[in-house]
Amino acid sequence: MSLPVRDFYRSMADRVGKNLADQDLGNKILVQVGSATCEHAAGSQAVAEEFVRHIRASGRKDIIIHRTGCTGRCSREPILGVQLPGQIPVKYERVNRDLVHRIFIEHIQGGTPIMKHVLDHSTEVMPEREFLFCEGSRCQRPGGESLRDRFNAMLAARGIEPHQVHVAAASCFGVCSLAGGAPATYVLARPEKVLYRITREEDLADLLAIHVAEGRVVERLRVLEEPIALEFLERYGDVAFFNRQSRIALRNAGVVDPDSLDEYVGFDGFKALAAVLERGEPEWVVNEMTKARLRGRGGGGFLTGTKWGFARKQADTTRFIICNGDEGDPGAFMDRSMLESDPFNIVEGMIIGGFAIGAQKGFFYIRAEYPLAIRRIQHAIDTCRANGLLGTDIMGSGFDFDLEIRLGAGAFVCGEETALIRSIEGERGQPKVRPPYPTDRGLWGHPTVINNVETFANVSAIVRFSGDWYARIGTEKSGGTKVFALAGKVRHTGLVEVPLGTSLSRIVNDIGGGVSGGKQLKAIQTGGPAGGFIPASMQDMEVDFEPLQKAGSIMGSGGMIVLSEDDCMVDIAKFYMAFSQEESCGKCTPCREGTTRILEILERITQGKGVLEDLDKLHRLSRLCQRTSLCGLGRAAPNPVLSSIKHFRAEYLAHIQDKHCPAKKCVALIRYEINAEKCIGCTICDRNCPVECITGARKEAHVIDQAACIKCGNCFDVCKFAAIDRV
Amino acid sequence: MSQMISLKIDGESILVPAGTTVMDAAEKIGIHIPRLCYHPDLSLEGNCRVCVVAVEGFDHGLASCATTAWEGMEVQTNSPMIRQARRDIVELLLDNHPKDCQTCDRDGNCELQNLSYRMGVRERLFEGKRKQFPIDDASASVVRNAEKCILCGRCIRVCGEVQGVFNLSQHGRGFTTVVGPANLGPMDESACIQCGQCVSVCPTAAFLEQDHTERVWKALGYRRTEKHVVVTTAPAIRAALGEAFGLPVGTPVTGKMVTALRRMGFDAIFDVNFSADLTIMEEAHELLKRLEGGGPLPLLTSCSPGWVSFLEKFYPEMIPHMSSCKSPMQMQSTLIKTYYAQQKGLDPKDVYVVSVMPCVAKKFEAARPEHQLDGVPTTDAVITTRELAQMIKSYGIDFQKLPDSDFDHPLGTSSGAGDIFGATGGVMEAALRTAAFKLTGKNLGNLELTEVRGVTGEIRETSVTLAGTTINVAVANGLQNAKVLLDAVKRGEKDYHLIEIMACPGGCICGGGQPYPPIGTYTMNRDLAKARANALYSIDSGKTLRCSHDNPDIQKLYADFLGEPLGPKAHELLHTHYTARTPRGIR
Repeated sequence: MSLPVRDFYRSMADRVGKNLADQDLGNKILVQVGSATCEHAAGSQAVAEEFVRHIRASGRKDIIIHRTGCTGRCSREPILGVQLPGQIPVKYERVNRDLVHRIFIEHIQGGTPIMKHVLDHSTEVMPEREFLFCEGSRCQRPGGESLRDRFNAMLAARGIEPHQVHVAAASCFGVCSLAGGAPATYVLARPEKVLYRITREEDLADLLAIHVAEGRVVERLRVLEEPIALEFLERYGDVAFFNRQSRIALRNAGVVDPDSLDEYVGFDGFKALAAVLERGEPEWVVNEMTKARLRGRGGGGFLTGTKWGFARKQADTTRFIICNGDEGDPGAFMDRSMLESDPFNIVEGMIIGGFAIGAQKGFFYIRAEYPLAIRRIQHAIDTCRANGLLGTDIMGSGFDFDLEIRLGAGAFVCGEETALIRSIEGERGQPKVRPPYPTDRGLWGHPTVINNVETFANVSAIVRFSGDWYARIGTEKSGGTKVFALAGKVRHTGLVEVPLGTSLSRIVNDIGGGVSGGKQLKAIQTGGPAGGFIPASMQDMEVDFEPLQKAGSIMGSGGMIVLSEDDCMVDIAKFYMAFSQEESCGKCTPCREGTTRILEILERITQGKGVLEDLDKLHRLSRLCQRTSLCGLGRAAPNPVLSSIKHFRAEYLAHIQDKHCPAKKCVALIRYEINAEKCIGCTICDRNCPVECITGARKEAHVIDQAACIKCGNCFDVCKFAAIDRV
Repeated sequence: MSQMISLKIDGESILVPAGTTVMDAAEKIGIHIPRLCYHPDLSLEGNCRVCVVAVEGFDHGLASCATTAWEGMEVQTNSPMIRQARRDIVELLLDNHPKDCQTCDRDGNCELQNLSYRMGVRERLFEGKRKQFPIDDASASVVRNAEKCILCGRCIRVCGEVQGVFNLSQHGRGFTTVVGPANLGPMDESACIQCGQCVSVCPTAAFLEQDHTERVWKALGYRRTEKHVVVTTAPAIRAALGEAFGLPVGTPVTGKMVTALRRMGFDAIFDVNFSADLTIMEEAHELLKRLEGGGPLPLLTSCSPGWVSFLEKFYPEMIPHMSSCKSPMQMQSTLIKTYYAQQKGLDPKDVYVVSVMPCVAKKFEAARPEHQLDGVPTTDAVITTRELAQMIKSYGIDFQKLPDSDFDHPLGTSSGAGDIFGATGGVMEAALRTAAFKLTGKNLGNLELTEVRGVTGEIRETSVTLAGTTINVAVANGLQNAKVLLDAVKRGEKDYHLIEIMACPGGCICGGGQPYPPIGTYTMNRDLAKARANALYSIDSGKTLRCSHDNPDIQKLYADFLGEPLGPKAHELLHTHYTARTPRGIR
């Protein structure tokens, strides 16, 4: 309807397109360096500087350093990407300055990737081609997984080696519902970046005959719709950790330069906003969100469309929208990553949200411990304002809206929406009784919508590809994908975005690579400090709000900690309880006093001073917190205790009755003994004992004085002959 | 008028106006939901969680005090789960509270103690560590004992919402949360104006007045040999003291009070009401002088030490407007140590003055250096109504059975105008009675100016035309109201000549030192305030002497000792000055 918006967007996109074309990136060597907080900490800045020196020294003009955000592959940072024209991009892990030198000489100048340092490298040679077969865990594909097996077999029959053409399984591309028609298997061919739609075995034959053999695109099978994360898959598709993910919220993370509006627009940024403003129907946006079944990603899981609808219906027309970036769960960093890696996307989501609910002003509430995120968001806001995307008459549509950042001072409770509102108002950050909900009376008494960073990260995608498309990716009750921060005893830690309904096992084993150190999986803790434990026996459970709650845990903001047989459940429950107790705001009695008493009881149990009644008391206090605390945080705080008692009662009983810690974690319940048969009397334990409680002559078996031992475990760690037993 | 909604509470259907809380709705059908942090005159926080109820459709309890009922709501107030939860919440509070009930000031009047009994907490299941904080007794008036605090937040709310001072807030978090002034500094260096409303609303003994009873015991112990101990009682004491001895609210007990004091062994028992009359004489003349001399107007009354402190701290630019009159208590003490001592032939140093006050801030006022005579405070001890009641009880005096007796003279004679000082608007009414006489040469026909007889938490204004002069007056109680009034004056929106301000909501009758109302009723309760005020008004209306200027002993005092109102002697003894004391960090 509104032509000015269309013209505005077109001229912006044209300008960006021209800029990008001028750079002629397609014929240049791109070196990609991450620049989020975690990458900085891992040393990415030094790596980038080293590369700049090399480029300068070589005098080459066709090498471009491209700064991006973080891909979320924490344990392998800094990650460095090298893309030579016409080749599959290569990612190096744990790059340091020496490696930069080698990469520059061998790969960039010599053309041969250094396979040993390639991220999660599985082959000795970089394949020339790669085919990624989609494998959504929840859809009915023709022929199932056999199509991929079949293709492998056909390649083998032709004598094509896996190192020439590599075939891999990928997660859902989200294309089915875009293309319409019957479900099919979609295959992404790299480095051509072509997407094929495969329904029959004959299609595979064409793929082989034309694409593999002749190097031509099979036009008949080609799909023109682009999957949302095409760029991401193009760059990271060769790594199992990445290609098993379905990236929507994180689609640009690690792909775009977070400070470049041009790049964001180049990846269809602000197309959604333009569409929304051009339509000029806020109700339509709310409807799309409702259809998408996008549920609040901050933990509550409330339907975003419903929430926006509530705020829209209010008589009070002064309204606010707030982005909750007060991420405080220990080990969770998806919000930070999104703010740092794709700030324009979050800003776009907020503007769309603001338009949908009729807000005049929005606030980013970001914790002060995220300086880079704050800087990038501020830069994004300033840039948008300078480019007519924020402020008055956005994109010529007549819609006025502006954004401002407010900093959180580091209280966990300020992530609770009413406490957050109070904090923005300048009051002590403490929750308020609900109802009234913020959508009725929020910031300064006006209708206010608060959504999590990740929720906003999905908004532009939903507008662009429709709510129905998004809904189809997830489950019956929850549409789309969810980002998890995978950590703990798992091989690959990092950010994982998968469709809701994906099984825990798939996340932990297929993407995370299973439990580290070859240990047994014991449980998976989800939902941050207020979450619960899912025992290994339930690992095939679908990850979604309701099943998790049923199992005594929560979705929370998406923390996922893998626990192995070496972890003591009582000890871990105590750890989370200590966090909740420490972070209790102190306003309501059950949370303030109850969590303290729960923690005291857990401490007693781990010290071997527990009695059986303590289990009843734990249960009683936990239920009290759940039932009577003022805010959601207090009500969820005892989840780790209740779920660990539910699923691991035997472990509690072992601590209480047998005074024994099965995982040998609780210091008060273990002791170290020297196995006289294995001890050769090397004295290393003696020399490393801080309290000098180990005695024994040289070349004779040593003995630990149990009364003096402080159970630090030094002897156990240093013994080279496994002569020290922890019992 | 307002829309009605229906809900079900414990299976019983009930119709209530929209906007009613669940707690109030339950009250209507005879269900008293236990409560603790709730206070009817403060905002609703719902933080103690004692009043939780189960609501259909919620898997957690809702605080009934802070939850507005909705159409079709189904509430369970008493399921076994809810009862156990309430009991456990109260135990959790007790577990983090000192176990010294027997020696606690609030023993027998503690809301936590009472609740613990009613909830049936008979054993401790969860006891563990207890929070530890030092007692802050730096303030002359208010003692803060954070260990007894149960974080109900009433003090924070009353300090901000009613008094507009915002001195108190929570610090720290979780288990170590503590209520105190900014940066947890000592109370005497804070913005505290010492009104003691935090003491009034505290359900436990986390806030108390500075105890002066020990001083009084000591003085009484060596009377006759060394000190001449004089006691003098404020207007509002007689309206509330009876409550501490089981008499109905609003029973005036002047005569019994005097008898009790006499039995306690005081050498002379005087009435601050006498000096209330004297204050009126001075203040009315001050007003007339300012009306003639062109200001500065409005004239602000200076009887309430909490208000004086508030002005010095937050409105120092308005100090010239303040009446320079000392408060009645200070006029009285000064006269006892000068006029009375002279008459008796006593060295002022041998006279010990005990003031009984409904006020906590008076302890601070007595300690101000302006109120000294030769380096000795004119008022040696200030005890609150509560402290007096406790002393009477410890004497074993059966208060209810006491005969009436009269104050000693000359400083015990008062007019009805002095009597009504204790209620909001009383000073105004008394001042206008005398101003009218001075302007017109005769007393007002109807002495009762009901327009200024206020209710708790209200601002009242009226105009009186006397001999062609129109006097615009306003009355405020509760310092938040004072703020509203002063800001309006500062903005030039209002053109008043005389403003009466009392720090405490309802005036002195609801001062920070008055007896705690029985558990279940609250300070600032309108009925309570009204009953106490009516006690004072009934004393006034029962008198023939109803105007300060008609008080023969006042007339005699001027003739024999002071000279004339605002004269040099009066100025020296009866007037004071103020100092700007803007708290650090403000403005």
